[in-house]
Amino acid sequence: MALTKADLAEKLYDDLGLNKREAKEFVDLFFDELRGSLQRGVSVKLSGFGNFGLRDKSERPGRNPKTGEEIPISARRVVTFRPGQKLKARVEVYAGTE
Amino acid sequence: MTKSELIEALASRQRHLAPKDVELAVKTIVEEMSESLSQKDRIEIRGFGSFSLHYRPPRVGRNPKTGESVPLEGKYVPHFKPGKELRERVNELVGTEIVD
Repeated sequence: MALTKADLAEKLYDDLGLNKREAKEFVDLFFDELRGSLQRGVSVKLSGFGNFGLRDKSERPGRNPKTGEEIPISARRVVTFRPGQKLKARVEVYAGTE
Repeated sequence: MTKSELIEALASRQRHLAPKDVELAVKTIVEEMSESLSQKDRIEIRGFGSFSLHYRPPRVGRNPKTGESVPLEGKYVPHFKPGKELRERVNELVGTEIVD
């Protein structure tokens, strides 16, 4: 069961006493701000969680896997995520439990 | 953009909320996301992306100082996959300056 925006809004409602409409709006704005920053070309650093960076990749040759036809993969900008030390340490602890 | 800049930006868009509450709400969201991943539960945010864990199998590492072999246990690492909307929007300014 994945965590969704609805779950985050519920948490703001339960813990902070925002009303349901405010809570939903806040969660939407939160991700809107992150997306907006990345869209403007500005990386995002959330201490304790991780950094969202940007990388420009140049055009490279590609191939249609079905037809084998060669088609160039256009230059593009991609988002990268580097988890912070604290988050890494928190998720690592499950090593060996499966 | 840092967490405090994010808090400022949100506070200016949510003037009915006290800045302290905005700060608390941001910290609550980030903590809830961290907690979800540490419980091995995925995060799925439509229009932004999803976070999941990738498993790294055990391997033999090496102490760079002594050259000695060190067995390393398997572990999980967080992974982010940008959603379609984020991918498309971010790509609009490809080739322009990136602010780190």
